[in-house]
Amino acid sequence: MNDLAPPAALTPASFKSAYKPIWCPGCGDFSVLSALTKALAKIAVPPEQIAVVSGIGCSSRIPAYTTCYGFHGVHGRALAAATGLKVARPDLTVIVTGGDGDGYSIGGNHFLHACRRNVDMTYIVMDNHVYGMTKGQPSPTTEPDWDSKLSPGGTGVRSFHPLVIALASGANFVARAFAGDPNGAADIIAQAIRHPGFAFIEVLSPCITFRPEQREWKQHAHPAPVGATDDPARAARRIMTDDGFNIGVLYAGSRRPYPAHVGKPGESPANLEAEFEL
Amino acid sequence: MSPVATPARKPAAKRPAAKKKAARTAARTAAEKPEAPAVVAPRTLTEFMAQAWEMEVEAAQRYSDFADAMETHNNPGVASMFRTMANYESKHADEIMATMGWSESPPLTPRSGNWPDYEAPETTPDDEVHYLMQPWHALQLALAAEERAERFFAELARVATVAAVRAAALELQAEEKAHVALVRAWMKKVPKPDRDWAVDPDPPSYTD
Repeated sequence: MNDLAPPAALTPASFKSAYKPIWCPGCGDFSVLSALTKALAKIAVPPEQIAVVSGIGCSSRIPAYTTCYGFHGVHGRALAAATGLKVARPDLTVIVTGGDGDGYSIGGNHFLHACRRNVDMTYIVMDNHVYGMTKGQPSPTTEPDWDSKLSPGGTGVRSFHPLVIALASGANFVARAFAGDPNGAADIIAQAIRHPGFAFIEVLSPCITFRPEQREWKQHAHPAPVGATDDPARAARRIMTDDGFNIGVLYAGSRRPYPAHVGKPGESPANLEAEFEL
Repeated sequence: MSPVATPARKPAAKRPAAKKKAARTAARTAAEKPEAPAVVAPRTLTEFMAQAWEMEVEAAQRYSDFADAMETHNNPGVASMFRTMANYESKHADEIMATMGWSESPPLTPRSGNWPDYEAPETTPDDEVHYLMQPWHALQLALAAEERAERFFAELARVATVAAVRAAALELQAEEKAHVALVRAWMKKVPKPDRDWAVDPDPPSYTD
């Protein structure tokens, strides 16, 4: 690149790769991709300074659809990989993406500890309350009475409440977004990326193939009646008692992020390796 | 429910518990749901045209995304239809650029993304498509989008306090009205889908 050329303005298109999504037409994840690229244009960090890390599932395909660095990893382990990446390369903006099955079931333990560690990264979960890629099994956020061929009469198992779990585990930023509002979701994602520490966004992202009734979410989603609080107890009470469709930033804390630099300042990898030489 | 998206399967209807729960939630949220923000008049012609440009660009992008999705799902007829619509919307955006003498994209104004609904009036929501939809459905979506755009500009003209903005809003409203007529005429030339258009003999779901 010519050093003298002024940098081109970043637009959402700057963050979209040439790969076309293979999601079902109508899937909420299209909107989340759109929201993510809008948010990245808004924060104006170039794609080569961003890494998008994911696990497995429909929504975990997102890294390939962006021009950022991408890591499409092992089922449920996106947060572990992303934590390592952020600690090793604190200069990168690290965004983790995935679904409810990947994040809350297979990767449930990593979710708790990522919140607890509070490493400076953003976790976007596209929650459709179902395992879409494997054809419609109930996930941790599926309603206990969701009747389907694979779960006749429903599982009878209480749904996982990711927002309150994130809050209780120490996430420094907790928000709920809705795929049907990509502009609003873009604003929330941009705020999450800018907020220091571990930011968690639960995006209600309808699966129109296995949960067609989720098209009705559009009728239910509404802005949270009050703004974000920095009081975790108040945030927890609000989250536990809302109707599940309050959209917005629900908690923005001030806990110090996990130091991205481990070891002594200026320590080189070669020095660290030397300590372990036999 | 969208005008197009009529899934072959309707699990919610078969599941009274889920339906009741959705109805309960809807009843509870209806009272809390704030009204959609009213259309606010732009303060200058430039601001108005920047917003109109953004509206066209977003519509073009969405149609282009739909075209890609339909190509991926082996529905070339609808993909081609959406590609055509994307080209039309891009052309409209270019016309706004030419009218205003802009050589590059206008900067986003504080009004950017400030729509009466979740998205710009001419943008078709992501969830209103179906992998088995037919060209007539694509036109039906385009018709709804053009009608929304016409209503939007009519409302802007009504609330505008600056004469130049009102005149431009009325001009764009007239254009959208012409587009509505064009799409209606187009729909008459395209076969209307059968009632069972969404029935897939080999559906992707195990959950029926």
